[in-house]
Amino acid sequence: MMRARSLFAGVIALTVSLGALPAHAVLPDEIMADPAKEARARDLSRELRCMVCQNQSIDDSEAPLARDLRLLVRERIAAGDDDRQVIDFLVARYGEFVLLKPRLNEHTLLLWLSPPLVLLAGGLALWRFGRRKPMAANGEGGAAPPLTPDEQARLDQLLAADSAPEQRG
Amino acid sequence: MIAESGHYALVLALGLALIQSVVPLLGARWRDAALMNVARSTALAQLLFVAASFAALVTLHVTSDFSVLNVYENSHSLKPLLYKITGVWGNHEGSMLLWVSILALFGGLVAAFGSNLPLSLRAHVLAVQAWVASAFYLFILITSNPFLRIANPPIEGRDLNPVLQDIGLAVHPPMLYLGYVGFSISFSFAVAALLEGRIDAAWARWVRPWTLVAWIFLTLGIAMGSYWAYYELGWGGWWFWDPVENASLMPWLAGTALLHSALVMEKRNALKVWTVLLAILTFSLSLLGTFLVRSGVLTSVHAFATDPTRGVFILLILCVFIGGSLSLYAWRASALKQGGLFAPISREGALVLNNLLLTTACATVFVGTLYPLALEVLTGEKISVGAPFFNFTFAPLFVPLLIAVPFGPLLAWKRGDLVGAAQRLLAAGIAALLAIALVLAWTYGGATLAPLAIGLAVFVVAGALCDLAERIALFRVPLPISLRRARGLPRATWGTVFAHAGLGVALIGIVCETTWNSEYIGAMKPDDVAKVARYELRLDGLTQRQGPNFRELLAQFNVSRDGDKVSVMTPSKRNFTTRGAATTEAALLTRGASQLYISLGDASADGAIAVRIYHKPLVLLIWWGPVLMAFGGVLSLSDRRLRVGAPKPAKAAAARALQAAE
Repeated sequence: MMRARSLFAGVIALTVSLGALPAHAVLPDEIMADPAKEARARDLSRELRCMVCQNQSIDDSEAPLARDLRLLVRERIAAGDDDRQVIDFLVARYGEFVLLKPRLNEHTLLLWLSPPLVLLAGGLALWRFGRRKPMAANGEGGAAPPLTPDEQARLDQLLAADSAPEQRG
Repeated sequence: MIAESGHYALVLALGLALIQSVVPLLGARWRDAALMNVARSTALAQLLFVAASFAALVTLHVTSDFSVLNVYENSHSLKPLLYKITGVWGNHEGSMLLWVSILALFGGLVAAFGSNLPLSLRAHVLAVQAWVASAFYLFILITSNPFLRIANPPIEGRDLNPVLQDIGLAVHPPMLYLGYVGFSISFSFAVAALLEGRIDAAWARWVRPWTLVAWIFLTLGIAMGSYWAYYELGWGGWWFWDPVENASLMPWLAGTALLHSALVMEKRNALKVWTVLLAILTFSLSLLGTFLVRSGVLTSVHAFATDPTRGVFILLILCVFIGGSLSLYAWRASALKQGGLFAPISREGALVLNNLLLTTACATVFVGTLYPLALEVLTGEKISVGAPFFNFTFAPLFVPLLIAVPFGPLLAWKRGDLVGAAQRLLAAGIAALLAIALVLAWTYGGATLAPLAIGLAVFVVAGALCDLAERIALFRVPLPISLRRARGLPRATWGTVFAHAGLGVALIGIVCETTWNSEYIGAMKPDDVAKVARYELRLDGLTQRQGPNFRELLAQFNVSRDGDKVSVMTPSKRNFTTRGAATTEAALLTRGASQLYISLGDASADGAIAVRIYHKPLVLLIWWGPVLMAFGGVLSLSDRRLRVGAPKPAKAAAARALQAAE
């Protein structure tokens, strides 16, 4: 783990020191001859993170490391790996960090469960709220603080302005 | 001299904000109108001083005064005037100054147009507004002073990041901030209501226009930012689920929920406690967004501030305001009484469902954005949460929401008739099925989910039109009467129609762009021809050109379709000498709502150049949708029923005159 991290830091330092100018995301010379395999490579690339970039997939990134990963993905596909094997290969080499959609495990359980949990909790709260409603409504009315004289005067004024047209008939 | 005046004006604004934080509250406590009215004068004076400070920084940038550090680091004497001005907020210090300027602007607007508010509510609102302002003035003055001088002024500046030298910078940040900061008003109203222990339908009516203004700007700001990224970053993406984008999406989702729940509160006096919480959460998320972007805690494309002292300061502000307001809420919310009963199937019920789904979506973005950070801090484990995660989790939340959207306006308040609403949506359902069948037939053997998504989008658009047709009794009464009814409809109703239809329009664009996008990637030499989606693009040649502060390589493409010449496109690559950075300027050709998109890569030694060409069908709908939504917001805002105590139209005055004459 430590070695992987220092390697990673080294790659960043290298990229920065070379002052990598924007090249291009997928380059013409990377494209595979078989369109079906190329399409698979593109789909896989969108799921993989360019590890020296800020939130870019290797498909979008211009960094040299992303190009290396793209070539690696295509190499594995050419060697006959299926999608899962390619992903497994990359995770084994670079860790879970390379996946833009993390796998479900003990570290990501909460991440994956939080949307359904929030929805469930919200629904439950609404259901309870709906059942308690008649009781809550009993307390209505008496609790509002009385209007101040200013507000009463303003209210009268607004109401008078509102009702003026009706009074005509 | 100008820099010092600007600095001094900011200090004065801080002083005024501190007075405004305390005096009106004392006035409210002692029921002293004079003290409460202090808030009004200080808010207006604050606006004046902050505006002066901002004007000072703009002047320094325009005159290229490189003795000021901020100007030296972000400007260049040869930079075009527009970018000298927009460069003011293209950096950390300047953008924070823009932030407080907009905060002061909103405070000033409440002071100027809030004369119909009860005096004590206005005093409370402006005081809370001043707390926020004081915190951010202090932040700027202590950690991010834009007026610092350099002892030995250099001759030339270091230029602005080339990616930011674009018209997008002129529009996107100010709009986004008008949205972000605009929600501070809803927040101040919510905290004021909690402090006063009093909240009613009138409160909702006062809050709604302010929320609507903020929401309109945030909608446009996000859409604008997305279009900017689309054409500037050069790979044709328009939404990256980048943490910084998420930071603006979260307040938008919460703000959209707030708009809808405030509606329930205004009309039916229900959901009070929830609406107050949403108002607090929406601005808290805006603050969180500011923190995420400004502290550089997330390393992402937008983050250009990396000084940790600033991060800690904003984190402190964040904790005080979010923690403080939520504690206040926990303490006082029970004092707010619920009212207004409604059945689950009713307009209120539909709006509650909207709120449930929008807040869940917001929570999903929140967790997805912050989870990797939290996990790394707690366990040292590094994971990535990117676009595939968000796309995967968002769809199940937005599909039911979109299905429910057309039903909402067709249900009655208190108790609605679902079957009746479904019958009235029959036409929309048929339109959706037709659309699905058509798209399936057109793209036979292609994607299967995309036609269904198109059907859903058509259902949303047609549903909005059904609602309109229902209200004007189209085809049931003679057409002239329908037209007269359409004119007589409240503007807010028209607003709903436009906003909901805009949602569907955007979805059509999103589905078309992601599913039927075609691309060509290749190395081209002059006279090579690339074929993309029935278009032929011939590379005529490459030329070099000198711009004001860059050199660029231009490629000229001749575009034809089925042998007929269509247009010429000239994408380019720019090299900015001062920063040694390069940008790709994509060329866009709009045909209806679809676009051709060319961006250039590197030239190779043999005279070829790497080229990416995309055809993006109906891509512009992605941004027309939000524009429609914002237009709906503007219509709704112009509805005079939204303005409490607005002068009655002439008819009422005439009636009163008549009455007097009798």
